[in-house]
Amino acid sequence: MAWELDNDRPIYAQLVDRIQMQIVSGYYQPGGKLPSVRELAAEAAVNPNTMQKAFVELERSGLIITQRTNGRNVTEDTELIANIKEGMAREHMNLFFSKMKELGYADGEIRALIDREAPLDNR
Amino acid sequence: MGIVMNELVEIVGLTKAYDARHVAVNNITLTLPKGKIVGLLGPNGSGKTTLIKMLNGLLTPTQGSIMINGRYVGVESKAHVAYLPDRTYLSGNQKICEILDYFVDFYEDFSREKAEEMLRNLNIDPETKLKTLSKGNKEKVQLILVMSRNADLYVLDEPIAGVDPAARDYILRTIINNYNPDATVIISTHLIGDIEQVLDEVIFMRYGHLVLYTSVDNIREQHGKSVDAYFREVFAC
Repeated sequence: MAWELDNDRPIYAQLVDRIQMQIVSGYYQPGGKLPSVRELAAEAAVNPNTMQKAFVELERSGLIITQRTNGRNVTEDTELIANIKEGMAREHMNLFFSKMKELGYADGEIRALIDREAPLDNR
Repeated sequence: MGIVMNELVEIVGLTKAYDARHVAVNNITLTLPKGKIVGLLGPNGSGKTTLIKMLNGLLTPTQGSIMINGRYVGVESKAHVAYLPDRTYLSGNQKICEILDYFVDFYEDFSREKAEEMLRNLNIDPETKLKTLSKGNKEKVQLILVMSRNADLYVLDEPIAGVDPAARDYILRTIINNYNPDATVIISTHLIGDIEQVLDEVIFMRYGHLVLYTSVDNIREQHGKSVDAYFREVFAC
């Protein structure tokens, strides 16, 4: 299945997001091996150069490590992964709160709604 | 950066005039690097097919020149350019294996093994005649023939026109899987949205002129929209 991609953002940025998500969610384990650019490009049905560009971006952030002979691995630095995960969670939270405020909820009301609709012990 | 040449196609001042009033390609200058998948986009009559035929040496420029990997377009360059025309030139009465024989004779860079493997993956029997295949399979077989060459430049004229979405996906994947960093693929199409995500770069043509040559991600970054949406804006009547 080709990856679902949006029309309004650069493709490589969406590939970065998607692979990052797969790493923080544990689909690719810390220290685990990643498929090759070619394999992943074929899976996503995107241009291999674009996938390469996404990998370069992920290398820059330290999330993936390229070994000259051994392909690419996810970093073993679980703290880095946790930090990136938290950053992504924060983005989701910010988006959620701004949407709720758009709907006209005050902070206290939002908190009450969360407690009522999604009590943590029911999860 | 060293001395490795990265330019594959060098087009300088290229013009094709059929007569004084019909200038199909008008003074185009363009350099394409190696290792890219490039969309050639433009409305009907914008000069795409004329440009493609000049790249293949099927038409002679009125003015200007084209070099492909350091060779002027001619007999020698043809041996290194793989061309999928928008209409087939193959006889439907031929068996696929006979067409393979023909390609082996004709093109030094053709890999029969590669073509046979791709046909096997599609469960297409080389003993069948081309005309008995469905439209989608006919297109796939012709693409396989072209992509089984080890060329410098692949020129695909409307490779996905009129095929169903599954055949389209197969065609796009075949192009991606045969990607080679030393070769470039030019794909002309009207169906931009369908192929946008396999393209590195796009060329927009209008009335024979080069309107734009840039990367897909540049268009998305600068305009916040897909190449398809941007194309509609630029070419809105």
